[in-house]
Amino acid sequence: MKLTGAQALIKSLETQGVDVMFGLPGGAILPVYDPILGSSIRHILVRHEQGAGHMAEGYAMVTGRAGVAMVTSGPGATNVVTPLSNAYMDSTPLVVISGQVATSAIGSDAFQECDITGVTMGITKHNWLVTRAEDIPRTVAAAFHVATTGRPGPVLIDLPKDVSNAEMEWYWPATEADLDLPGYHPRLDGDPAAIARAAQLILAAERPVLYVGGGVLKAGATDALLELAERTGFPVVTTLMARGAFPDSHPLCLGMPGMHGNYTAVTAMQRADLLVALGARFDDRVTGKVSAFAPAAKVIHVDVDPAEIGKVRAPEVGIVGDCRRVIEALLEALEAAGLGHDDAAVRTERGARGRPGTQAASRPARDGWWAQLRAWQAAYPLHYEEEAGGPLKPQRVVETLRALSSPDTVVVAGVGQHQMWASQYWRFEQPRTWVNSGGAGTMGFAVPAAIGAKVGRPDRTVWAIDGDGCFQMTAQELATASAERIPVKVAILNNAYLGMVRQWQEMFYAERYSEVYLSPDLPDYVKWAEAMGCVGIRAETPEEVAPAIEKANAIDDRPVVVDFRTDAFEKVFPMVPAGGSNDDIVVHPSQAQGRVVQ
Amino acid sequence: MSSAGDGEPRHHILSVLVENKAGVLARVAGLFSRRGFNIFSLAVAPTDDERFSRLTIVVDVESAPLEQVVQQLDKLVNVVAISQLAPEAAVERELLLATVAVDAPRRGEVIELVGVFRGEVVNVGLDRLTVMLADDPDTVDDFERLLGAYGIVELQRTGRVALPKLGRSKAD
Ligand SMILES: Cc1ncc(C[n+]2csc(CCOP(=O)(O)OP(=O)(O)O)c2C)c(N)n1
Ligand SMILES: [Mg+2]
Repeated sequence: MKLTGAQALIKSLETQGVDVMFGLPGGAILPVYDPILGSSIRHILVRHEQGAGHMAEGYAMVTGRAGVAMVTSGPGATNVVTPLSNAYMDSTPLVVISGQVATSAIGSDAFQECDITGVTMGITKHNWLVTRAEDIPRTVAAAFHVATTGRPGPVLIDLPKDVSNAEMEWYWPATEADLDLPGYHPRLDGDPAAIARAAQLILAAERPVLYVGGGVLKAGATDALLELAERTGFPVVTTLMARGAFPDSHPLCLGMPGMHGNYTAVTAMQRADLLVALGARFDDRVTGKVSAFAPAAKVIHVDVDPAEIGKVRAPEVGIVGDCRRVIEALLEALEAAGLGHDDAAVRTERGARGRPGTQAASRPARDGWWAQLRAWQAAYPLHYEEEAGGPLKPQRVVETLRALSSPDTVVVAGVGQHQMWASQYWRFEQPRTWVNSGGAGTMGFAVPAAIGAKVGRPDRTVWAIDGDGCFQMTAQELATASAERIPVKVAILNNAYLGMVRQWQEMFYAERYSEVYLSPDLPDYVKWAEAMGCVGIRAETPEEVAPAIEKANAIDDRPVVVDFRTDAFEKVFPMVPAGGSNDDIVVHPSQAQGRVVQ
Repeated sequence: MSSAGDGEPRHHILSVLVENKAGVLARVAGLFSRRGFNIFSLAVAPTDDERFSRLTIVVDVESAPLEQVVQQLDKLVNVVAISQLAPEAAVERELLLATVAVDAPRRGEVIELVGVFRGEVVNVGLDRLTVMLADDPDTVDDFERLLGAYGIVELQRTGRVALPKLGRSKAD
């Protein structure tokens, strides 16, 4: 069967199982937009290509499948650079297809020419410039394979216009060997010797912490993690990228560590004698000053990316492999050492009883450790203060939103204070219910990512918790959402400021506020929402919060925007000052009095 | 340029088999620059299989742990295989071409020097000589230093290539 390159591209995407893609056409990609008319793939026309990229990310983060975006050459392609970089930092599988000028014009500074493979080389897992139509099916199959296997990540296929127009004989690569990837072999199974050593460290630990990162979600390892945690009786911290990988309501869960993590999660890691890092990468926002991080801890580090092992912290045991496979192998090793499944350990902190006569039967008790952890939790819970008749606190909004939403609600955040409050005050119970921009910290992520998430999980309620600053960066995509009938909900925590920057200026620049004020009512968010076909709601006092949310939750035929006018001066606590040691965590001022130094 | 006095060698040799595809060198160079790894020298050559090329990269192991350099390189999809060569376990060669300004009376001295090093005179002008030496990089360094006394007008070095030293047992 003869096809044009453009037809082959769409057929390849269909064959690959793509059901939706996000994009915006232009000259160089025009040939590919023609066969979209007859395709089974739903194309969502965005208002800005950055929106397409973040939608594809939101889609990928809730479904686990690769998100697909399509853009034209030059400015279309450069507009998707931020989402590519974002997806690269957060290991999100993304396939971006960009149009390119004809091969004969490449290098001539042709109209809308941009060397996008060069630009994105450092922010994609791999990219391809396709120069022959017959390479298209193989390249598409390879792109999806690379994006979704091993450590997932974004890839880009640059497709010159003459290649789209050329004819080729259709085929589909039958096996992995046909993908022409001689240098790509992710290692998924952990080394048994290393797993055995890890089991030994686990059985000897007195002050352990399971340090859970986003890799656990990507590997679909949450069930295995639950068994590991309950069987060992080890406390669990979930990083910003791993919220939802372990239920917040579980007695073993300590919540989020890091710069704005809670005191117990941060301090437990600092005092631990064993950190079991699972799909986590010792990000600076988690470790604080690396030389002062968890000084007494031995480290077991499990990651599918060999380059993460030892990049920041040299582990006692490094295991390269897929988190689910490695945790399952670890469970077998523990079983062999006498620590098998124990129904009595379910939803407790006690851990399984070791089989009598085995090493596991005499492992150190962790009662003292748990007593310490509970004491910290009692002394330093997450905390904020409200005065009667005072301003609306952003934390109150998040808590109320959570209380009025089902636990499978997908929450999407922008970047800033509101993101941290969302990660702290939302109670996460299920995997893939939290979508945020962690590694890159991309303002403007929330609105388009929420749209992509809703497209991926139309059965779920999707709430974006956004900042006023972030909202203004990508709000235009609500027009996309209205046009495409994608009923997302957006809660703007409108503090009239670039709040996170304002907080740093208050704390570290002697309250010298430089270029952070935005105004609460310029723009008028309600009118703006209405202009984009959404319902706009405003809530200014604590009393108005619940009714506004209930009203928003009752709407399911169009997007809703709620403008919550929140306290401009509220700060995120706890906070580890940038570059500082996690020991110097700053708690809420009301808790700082009489802080026990451990 | 090579070993830092009597301590551990500062450099390490990576022999990297890459796919022979457009942009591969940019990917490798880009990786080194964005991760802050330093390269002392880099040589690229085809292999006997036209699908692949071989890069010989001499890396500064003080700029980053070797393991990290190798693991990051290995993540590049076009990188097929990496072998690490510690300087003591490798035979290394580098080629130098130098044009020296030398008038007739001193020409003999330079030719003698070239002879001592088993180099070659490859071109002779009225007041210049172009000489060549292929040897291990330390020897090439020495040769370059000695030539310097005569006034080097132009100099080109290839960067080193290397292969593992052969053991005394039979290869299988
Ligand atoms: C694209 C981009 N530009 C700048 C920043 C730096 N930055 C981080 S948080 C923040 C303020 C965000 O303001 P807003 O969306 O109102 O959130 P708030 O902190 O007030 O909750 C800024 C400017 C960023 N993360 N991303
Ligand atoms: Mg704000």
